Amino acid sequence: MNQYIDFIKQRIEPRSRVLDLGCGDGSLLIQLKEELDILGYGLEIDPQSIGKCIARGINVIEQDLNKGLKNFADQSFDTVIMTQTLQALRYPHLVLDEMLRIGSKCIVTFPNFGNWRTRSYLNFRGRMPVTKQLAYQWYDTPNIHFFTHADFEALCKEREINIMHRQFLANGFPDNLLKSVWPNLFTEIAVYHLSR
Amino acid sequence: MSLATPNDHNSPQNSVGLVTPQQVLIEQPLNLACGVVLPSHNLVYETYGALNQEHSNAILICHALSGDHHAAGFHKDESKPGWWDHYIGPNKPIDSNKFFIVSVNNIGSCFGSTGPTSENPATGKPWGADFPPLRARDWVESQKLLMEHLGIDCWAAVIGGSLGGMQAMRWSLEHPDKLKNAVVIASSMSLTAQNIAFNEIARRAIKSDPDFCDGNYLLEGKMPQRGLALARMIGHVTYLSDELMGQKFGRDLRSGDLLQGKADPVQFQIESYLNYQGDKFSDFFDANSYILITKMLDYFDLAREYNHDPVAAFKHAQCDFLVISFSSDWRFSPDRSREINDALIAAGKNLSYVAIDSDHGHDAFLLPNQRYEEALGSYLCRVADQIQGIES
Repeated sequence: MNQYIDFIKQRIEPRSRVLDLGCGDGSLLIQLKEELDILGYGLEIDPQSIGKCIARGINVIEQDLNKGLKNFADQSFDTVIMTQTLQALRYPHLVLDEMLRIGSKCIVTFPNFGNWRTRSYLNFRGRMPVTKQLAYQWYDTPNIHFFTHADFEALCKEREINIMHRQFLANGFPDNLLKSVWPNLFTEIAVYHLSR
Repeated sequence: MSLATPNDHNSPQNSVGLVTPQQVLIEQPLNLACGVVLPSHNLVYETYGALNQEHSNAILICHALSGDHHAAGFHKDESKPGWWDHYIGPNKPIDSNKFFIVSVNNIGSCFGSTGPTSENPATGKPWGADFPPLRARDWVESQKLLMEHLGIDCWAAVIGGSLGGMQAMRWSLEHPDKLKNAVVIASSMSLTAQNIAFNEIARRAIKSDPDFCDGNYLLEGKMPQRGLALARMIGHVTYLSDELMGQKFGRDLRSGDLLQGKADPVQFQIESYLNYQGDKFSDFFDANSYILITKMLDYFDLAREYNHDPVAAFKHAQCDFLVISFSSDWRFSPDRSREINDALIAAGKNLSYVAIDSDHGHDAFLLPNQRYEEALGSYLCRVADQIQGIES
């Protein structure tokens, strides 16, 4: 999270309303609350994560993203955030539509399957990649969609989603140096600020 | 934080121990929603734990339809603890080491506070069916007078399940500056038509008992126990779930058998259980109170005075909220809790919501459940830390 936290903080207005889809233990919301005094809510289904949010005083709502977000009114949040969860949803494109209905802006982060490490894993070993970003075996993984940042941008174009900002993140060498030259090959995590 | 585990909750170190109910005559007039003024009223209540110097650690427990003031600990010569003993006590989710917990029997009920069995000062006879109709807000106003009597300026939390949750929500709107947290468990902003229907069947059962005497049974020296037992049996079925009844009783027989060639009378376990529960209830509960309080449930509509807009209603609240629902509760289903959540979020209030998996139906809010205990416990632990000035 440390990699994209700055991107997110720079794009959240102080004291604005923020909805974090799949908020985990509330680490992101607690930082945004402390530094930007936001009114934040997190949606989560994991009981342990929910317990941690409650103990930390983070607003957490037990709700399954795959069952829809119809209960949230149009444009009822300033920003809807989803970090590292899009690849685990049943219908990512529909959830994106919902995020842009509920929030005036959205921030999405996801692991870039186009990274050379995943590509070469599949290419040379002939096996589905198990990497730092995608650390599961194919038969038991929450990640049910694999897509690259180019796939994501094609989807945005198709659904008329406006990409306001993007950032490509990579920690390891040489990815960190080469990600701006050839983003789809060297980005580990892609971060997008979206509107409609 | 240490929480009670299911097998040690009755051991002495986890119980508030022996408790003695207290009684107060509230002498300020109580203006009821129906327009009637009660010049004075009696309240019976219990307290657990100690009030701190700043009087900032008080929690109000709001009971539901058939509850009373005896929420925790033991009465002298009784082996059965209070109705919420699993959740109230030292090191329990509502921790009597940290909080001063107030549990009051509300007016209109039948455990010592002013109600249909008390004497109507105007006639010198029991109120009976003439006791004025009540609303949840009347209970809140009466509790507010008790609060003043106890020297409490602001509740750290108001907590309740079912009708108790309705009181907690009403508190947040009527006296927004008098509570810091509202814990709303297995509750609803208003009853559904199905829910009102079950309540009306129960009332009809009571009124159909010839001993009901139009509600004046006390004067006639009679008790509509058959009607009240039937009302309770209907209610009891709706407070459980199909799954749980299947697990607990299935098609087990209490007596007789169903072999061909035998004509002995057969009784299923569930029949025996329900009859027992109904009879037991009709021994101690008052029929007029049952009618009065089921009507109170039916009349409750959180947003009625706010143009039927729950968001506009909750904008008046200043406290934080914890909402809890149970998966198999079909009288106050998780959907009703989600409606509360949606309104609170739209109103911009701090809220956490936990949807507990349970087979125990509506009754789950009274029963042991690890996740429920942990959620309530960690929420209140943070409330206690804030009182002591420890921000986590």
